[in-house]
Amino acid sequence: MTTAAQPFEFSTAGYLIRIANQKAGSIAELADGVANCTDASIFHHTFHTLGQHHFLTEGFSNDFAQWALASANRVELAEQLASLDIRDYVTLAEVRSDLHRMLKDYTDIHPAAAQQMALEPFYFCESVEIATPLPERASSLKEFRHSLEVISRASLYYHFIASRLRLQLRTNDFSAWFANGLGLTRLADQTNRIDIYANTLDSARRTLLSLIDRELAA
Amino acid sequence: MTARLDDYVALLGAPEIDELRSLARTLVERDVLMVNSTAVGGGVAEILNRLVPLARELDVNIRWEVLEGGADFFEVTKAFHNALHGEPYRLPPEAFEVFLAYNEHNRKRIDLESPIAVIHDPQPLPLICGRPRQDRPWIWRCHIDLSRRNPTVWDFLKPFVDKFHAAIFSSPAFAQGLPIPQYLFFPSIDPLSDKNRELPPEFVRGVLDRFGIDPGRPVITQISRFDRLKDPLGVVRVFRSVKRYFDCQLVLAGGGASDDPEGAAVVAEVREAAEGDPDIHILELPASSPLEINALQRASTVIVQKSLREGFGLTVAEALWKKRPVVASAVGGIPLQVIHKHTGLLAHSVEGTSYQIRFLLAHPELAAKLGEQGHQHVRENFLVTQNLKTYLLLFLALQRAM
Repeated sequence: MTTAAQPFEFSTAGYLIRIANQKAGSIAELADGVANCTDASIFHHTFHTLGQHHFLTEGFSNDFAQWALASANRVELAEQLASLDIRDYVTLAEVRSDLHRMLKDYTDIHPAAAQQMALEPFYFCESVEIATPLPERASSLKEFRHSLEVISRASLYYHFIASRLRLQLRTNDFSAWFANGLGLTRLADQTNRIDIYANTLDSARRTLLSLIDRELAA
Repeated sequence: MTARLDDYVALLGAPEIDELRSLARTLVERDVLMVNSTAVGGGVAEILNRLVPLARELDVNIRWEVLEGGADFFEVTKAFHNALHGEPYRLPPEAFEVFLAYNEHNRKRIDLESPIAVIHDPQPLPLICGRPRQDRPWIWRCHIDLSRRNPTVWDFLKPFVDKFHAAIFSSPAFAQGLPIPQYLFFPSIDPLSDKNRELPPEFVRGVLDRFGIDPGRPVITQISRFDRLKDPLGVVRVFRSVKRYFDCQLVLAGGGASDDPEGAAVVAEVREAAEGDPDIHILELPASSPLEINALQRASTVIVQKSLREGFGLTVAEALWKKRPVVASAVGGIPLQVIHKHTGLLAHSVEGTSYQIRFLLAHPELAAKLGEQGHQHVRENFLVTQNLKTYLLLFLALQRAM
């Protein structure tokens, strides 16, 4: 069995939610807000919300889309905003740019609708990540599998979803270690293809465990 | 018997509880001072009564101190509380002196030396002036909706708030433009308390029998005290509209109104609106009836929270925890719990509430799905264990920053 020179060291991260002194009452105000809010806000309303609502596997993508649907009643815009897939991005600047473009396009095409006040304002918040190391370490795939079974959902989210921004490589911590640490590029690719929008964290974990089992049996 | 951390493993899984232990181990300082105004009764005391023993199991020692005060102090703090919720403030200027004098008394009485201090609600705010060291974090936990705060009272209190390192609110809508960091902490429910724990079906059936509710027909329920802001008359109108299409029953259940003149008047109005309809059950429950409330929620087909204004509205989280489909007004903290079309349905009027209830009664498979997802939402975000975790994260963040 292959042993990695550099073991995988598991961590976990919790997120404090900081309330920003910024809100939007209309689509036009949301467009301005997205242009001017902090990176921590963009992260919170796209990446963090996916982890916070991982159990919603149909039709929930990010807070902006949900607000456009439920509070501003703009279905078409909501669909566009929901199409944003965080796996396509390696920086928050790119996420912000695309979100702003969608909102700005809508505002330009529907200026009156964009000025209408929504039922509830959109409140900008920020995620404050607090990462802490866990005792679990793995040098082999078998050890990794054992740890994967016992880590919390927060740890899974940290390595599997939030890490995409940290790595800036359109991959995640697990895939990066499978490929670079163990030379298991096929497993790395399969892991990276687990759909984080259509899976809960629990079902993503189960899928990954079964992929590892197949690799171990091969 | 009080639940211990290990008792939550069956509900949440061992990894989630182990993570609490891992987080707590990383704390350098494990002594925390918390101050509020009452040891029993009220939501804050209820939360602290659960939080303190659970934290102790993690070797995080929360020293919980309660303010001492005479009737004149609590008369002032009650007026403050109501004013911060948006009601008129009519006390004379001397009320501020009373407030400060009792806080000075408590400042001398309470040992304020602690690595971290959390001050709950406005009553103990001036204690900040007596903190022994400026470099130790003091946090203000505001459980009140300040979005309609009376400026007379808020302008008096805000200078104290500004001295804290951070403030915590239950909803972004409640927060203020403060010069200090403001954090969002969701209120929480205890899944192992009598109000939320699993109940034997025969007990639930017994409660229905006791109140004359037919278990064979749909039950629409609103659990709330009898208060106009909970719009019980609106719920009766909603029910009449739904009943045109579905043979169903309505349960309006809440704490007894015997010692609350306004509550008694509201009950009388609701009874009059019900016009003796045997399918409308108006239940004035004794002040503490957690098992009965639990049973009524579990027996409900749809749970309604048609508030006109709301704080956080934890009755919604209670219903979602029990996997009940919820139709609720989009006010206060409710939209944080009811994510429209994912964990329940939001409405903004009698007509909208009626439509959403009918939709759920006609689509039980969708109702079940919303209930299941609502349960997951509460499990992830609104349980006492999550509240404890968020406090640990805040303490850790503050320690790393100091």
